[in-house]
Amino acid sequence: MQLDVDITGKTFQNAAGERHEVLTGLKFSLQSGQVAVFFGPSGCGKSTMLRILLGLDHDFQGHVTRPAKARAGMVFQEPRLLPWRSVEENVRLAAPDIDETKLSALFKLLELDAHRSHYPGELSLGLARRVALARAFAVEPDILVLDEPLASLDDALANRLREEIAMLVSSRTMITLLVTHNLDDAVRLADRVFLLSARPARILADLPVRTPRHARGDAEIAAIKASILRRASIAVADRSVS
Amino acid sequence: MLRLLSFVSFLAIWWVAAAYADGTKLPSPPAVLDVLLAEARSGELFLHLGATLARVALAFALAMTLGGAIGYLMGRVRLANRLGDPWLILLLNLPALVVIVLAYIWAGLTEVAAIAAIAINKLPTAVVTLREGTRALDRSLDEMATVFAMSRWRTFRHVILPQLAPYVAAAARSGLSLVWKIVLVAELLGRPNGVGFEIGVAFQLFDTPLLLAYSLTFAAVVLIIETLLVQPFEARASRWRPRAA
Ligand SMILES: Nc1ncnc2c1ncn2[C@@H]1O[C@H](COP(=O)(O)OP(=O)(O)OP(=O)(O)O)[C@@H](O)[C@H]1O
Ligand SMILES: [Mg+2]
Repeated sequence: MQLDVDITGKTFQNAAGERHEVLTGLKFSLQSGQVAVFFGPSGCGKSTMLRILLGLDHDFQGHVTRPAKARAGMVFQEPRLLPWRSVEENVRLAAPDIDETKLSALFKLLELDAHRSHYPGELSLGLARRVALARAFAVEPDILVLDEPLASLDDALANRLREEIAMLVSSRTMITLLVTHNLDDAVRLADRVFLLSARPARILADLPVRTPRHARGDAEIAAIKASILRRASIAVADRSVS
Repeated sequence: MLRLLSFVSFLAIWWVAAAYADGTKLPSPPAVLDVLLAEARSGELFLHLGATLARVALAFALAMTLGGAIGYLMGRVRLANRLGDPWLILLLNLPALVVIVLAYIWAGLTEVAAIAAIAINKLPTAVVTLREGTRALDRSLDEMATVFAMSRWRTFRHVILPQLAPYVAAAARSGLSLVWKIVLVAELLGRPNGVGFEIGVAFQLFDTPLLLAYSLTFAAVVLIIETLLVQPFEARASRWRPRAA
């Protein structure tokens, strides 16, 4: 399974009628089993790109080829749960075919056991994020899309959830796209890191991470981080020269 | 408890007023109760009440489903809104009496004419309320349903309908009170039975006890339906909302 993306342009018109460019050059292909992390500054157009990839926005230049009948699972930037359905119902509505064993395992891993029958209004943001994660994994997706799943959580919780995501991502062969402006996410989870420019977004660099996810200790992570930062500064310098 | 108190004070005021007033203009509560029981024993009361309730139920159901569907369409599709809007404004401002009289002239003094006239009177408010509700739908949840490939029916049932429920409840409540008022006029003008017809008879005979007996029974039925049907529905629809502290 392969995802081919070639977005050459995307503009928004604001309320005052001015048009501004949000995306300029995004061209890449991803295979099943790859985890691509898009690392870019806030407001550069990451969520916009994801909406285009999932077919929620057709108003752009270029084309996107998603594999036919690929099942998608998504964790939106906000949890986007149905407030009038319980945690369990929220997951089951997205994944009607899931069996009880799998669901229990998922809830256990994400520490949601005690919250099955709660309504989203009764959950903290961290818990709601986990429900959104559970929902995305419950559909057993072919394409998994995560839009800043760890933003605005405290460090300890973010670290724990990041490990849980790493585990879930490794448990299934799929195309994974994760968007973040946190370098730790990129370093811990990615097979490939795409550095994005500020708005309008274009790909500044496409960096493979060769050490397998489970073998990344503190030393490796520090090394990968340093190399990404180095590449990022080179890319930005290149850009300002050209 | 408070309700009981206000009901008792209503009775007391009535009783006192009746003692001072002319008996034919304002009969006392026991006098009205006598008439009421007599009408109930003869079966007349239930016959007329039943006829009225059946008309209310039919016209209400018709107006809610049709009005709901039209309102949803107008909220979703801009063209439908542009086409429907002039009609909506016309219907909203058309006096109930005009609709009823025209219906009886065009369709004869028939049951169909009566029910259609009542439904048409209620239709525009249902449309407006549901259009408002549809416009307020959360797009981001629609996107969620699209991404997870939820079927149309599932999306409607679990994503759309819960968002519309408060609007449906509002439309039902305001619609019901409108229908109660109009059904009596429609019956008065062109039906041989029903509470409205019976009130017309009482009016012609200046039979105040009969008039009060029917009006009060009718009011009681309205109250019962409100508390037993409409309020529980509203409570159920908002069950998921976290309780305010
Ligand atoms: N519907 C819209 N109409 C007009 N402008 C929009 C719209 N949606 C997004 N934008 C603009 O496009 C730009 C990119 O938005 P987007 O949400 O994709 O950024 P992002 O990279 O996801 O940011 P963040 O990291 O804060 O989530 C922003 O400047 C935003 O103001
Ligand atoms: Mg975003």
